[in-house]
Amino acid sequence: MIHLKRPFSLLKAAFLADKYARPNGHSNLAKVRQSTQWLCFLVSTVIIGLPTESKAQELDIRILYIEQRIERPPVLSNLVSWPADEGERGAALGLDDNNTTGRFLGQHYSLETLIFDVDEPTAARDTQIRQALATGARLVVMNMPANDLTSIATWPEASDDLIFNTQSTDNTLRQEQCLPNVLHTIPSRAMLSDALIQFFTKKQWKQVFLIEGNRAGDKAFAQSIRASVQKFGLKIVESKTWIDDADMRRNAASEIPVFTQARKYDAVVVTDEDRDFSQYVLYNTWLPRPVAGSAGLMPVAWSPVIEQWGAAQLQSRFRDLSKRDMTSRDYSNWAAIRTIGEAVTRIQSTNPTDIRHYILSDEFELGGFKGTPLSYRDWNGQMRQSIQLVHSQAVVASAPIEGFLHPITQLDTLGTDRPETQCTQFP
Amino acid sequence: MYTISIATVPWKKPTLCRLIFTGKKKNQTTMSHLKAIPVSALGALMCLTSSVTNAHWAYISNEKDDTISVIDTESNEVIKTLNVGERPRGVTLSHDNTRLFICASDSDTVQVMSIADDSIIFELPSGEDPEQFALHPDNRHLYIANEDDAIATVVDIESRQVVSQIDVGVEPEGMAVSHDGKYAIVTSETSNMAHWIDTSTQTIVANTLVDQRPRDAEFSLDDSELWVSSEIGGTVSVIDTETKEIKQILSFKIPGISKDQIQPVGMELTADGKTAFIALGPSNHVAVVDRESMTVTDYILVGRRVWHMALTPEEDKLYTTNGVSGDVTLVDVASLKAVQSIKVGRYPWGVTILPKEAIPQ
Repeated sequence: MIHLKRPFSLLKAAFLADKYARPNGHSNLAKVRQSTQWLCFLVSTVIIGLPTESKAQELDIRILYIEQRIERPPVLSNLVSWPADEGERGAALGLDDNNTTGRFLGQHYSLETLIFDVDEPTAARDTQIRQALATGARLVVMNMPANDLTSIATWPEASDDLIFNTQSTDNTLRQEQCLPNVLHTIPSRAMLSDALIQFFTKKQWKQVFLIEGNRAGDKAFAQSIRASVQKFGLKIVESKTWIDDADMRRNAASEIPVFTQARKYDAVVVTDEDRDFSQYVLYNTWLPRPVAGSAGLMPVAWSPVIEQWGAAQLQSRFRDLSKRDMTSRDYSNWAAIRTIGEAVTRIQSTNPTDIRHYILSDEFELGGFKGTPLSYRDWNGQMRQSIQLVHSQAVVASAPIEGFLHPITQLDTLGTDRPETQCTQFP
Repeated sequence: MYTISIATVPWKKPTLCRLIFTGKKKNQTTMSHLKAIPVSALGALMCLTSSVTNAHWAYISNEKDDTISVIDTESNEVIKTLNVGERPRGVTLSHDNTRLFICASDSDTVQVMSIADDSIIFELPSGEDPEQFALHPDNRHLYIANEDDAIATVVDIESRQVVSQIDVGVEPEGMAVSHDGKYAIVTSETSNMAHWIDTSTQTIVANTLVDQRPRDAEFSLDDSELWVSSEIGGTVSVIDTETKEIKQILSFKIPGISKDQIQPVGMELTADGKTAFIALGPSNHVAVVDRESMTVTDYILVGRRVWHMALTPEEDKLYTTNGVSGDVTLVDVASLKAVQSIKVGRYPWGVTILPKEAIPQ
């Protein structure tokens, strides 16, 4: 309920005066907007220091963004590629959104960006990060793998900071290894697997054929799938580990049917987070069954195919800014920056402890273009969100799937719920 | 010719005029077409001038069909479907009821349609992706929300020029102009604000923070209150125009429907100041608010994903657009019951009602 007189009215008046002076149609508006920038600049330098009627204090919110670029392992297909600036662009859009809102409230958001290349020596990197973290209590968006995040978040320099994990889906970060100063905007693997298996339950795909990739992430995701299958009372009838010694681009049609031979299964789940082989499983299975997991029907935080709930607007803003499609990691970074913006707007404070307290309270909610408001679990700092089940061209379903009930919110049917938590560091 | 002229006259019941018509139609088999035309035209004229019909026309924009469906409010049938620009959403009538303004969002324009002959007379420069708009009481200035650009555009309808563009929050959506013409309101969905624009200077003079994703804004008839619906917040904020602060927040609870599904969008306030109708989106209900006690008194089940609503001039009928089910629900205001659904195009979004006096003859 903050009501403000806009402090820039003089500036706007000059802006308009200039516009009126040049009769212009629709087509050259942009040009006029540009040409008035100088005038605005001049006027703004004059009016600085004039008293405004604003009731809110002017706030300068400096957010630290840290990213460790990682080398992606080689994959079979030449079509698989990951944008180099994945995540960072999402943060940039979140910052834009915050500032568009902030200009009415006297808030100015800025990003201090630390991006480390693959070959950056760890010692030099850590020194830089330590220095940045030592400059007081910070709001930090950390687009880093789980082990880097955990080590940095436990430094003494980080103890008064509020860190957003925007990359790691690792379940243990939300469970036994949870840290009190870390919130997670990216969904955990448990949320993704629960979303998928809820859908299986609804479709009555009760018998699951699981194909597990060889990399650490694939194994963790498979573990999550097993837990979800057990949780919702389905059954894994066959479980195999992928043997990646053949070129699937050439012989998938001969290899996959043999590999997926089994008497009966309703669906195949394949865990292959780097997209090394999973795309070749589709349409090649021994029995004609749907494929899900890392290929086919995929549980995601975000995807370019989402357009409901006003999402089309977020997608087009992102495309304008980044000239590419928005990924789950971009979305998680956007959500972290927007979370900070929303909390600062509502409590008029930039103190990380106050912000953490507000974010974890029942008061906090954030519109996130996923149908239901985003909020945070006060038992492990995980952002509540719906999980979209998508294929490459459309959204198939949005989880929580209708019918999975919960006494507090249906969103808590995804991932670790309060009674199961092993996190003792919260709230 | 003969049958066409009947089809365009919207009667529900076989009135006296209709009987004369049908009588002639039977006889016509023996008449030549050349003779029939002037006779039927005369008949139509007679009937219209002596008409006692109570039908208004409801104009419905179909977002995914690029059409407008026109419903006769007596027969409650679609009497015509008009092709318009891409992704039509907001629709509003000029104050003299001679023109219909259509936000053709994906065509990046506001189309101006002649009520007399359904032709697009001209298009207004609207800025990119216009979604909703509101017409100033001067019948000349149109305030348009440009969703993708975080600006509101003010267009002079007479000169067809952009008068002003005002920077607003992220994703401006809802638009309203107070009845006294003093304020224009834009709600920005991601900034969660209602921006108050002084229409004499076209500048923002105040911002009121509301709950998540404000979609629609409506002034009470005496302009003392501004109502703003928050789709994701699930609430309606009633703001005092004087102080520009929220004086009350309405929330909703429907048995058997999860809170997340209750997403307030369109609002209609009755002229007598007693009732407000709030469309609750994917919960498929319209809430009825008693404005004296400021409590929700009823929930009316309508079609799927209800967006916007319009009341007839007598305020005895309420029409709701239901995006997902692709139909319009007619609610009887006296009994607060949904009495009929009328199939229209895909994704009906906006609705406005042309009073019977203004129907072209």
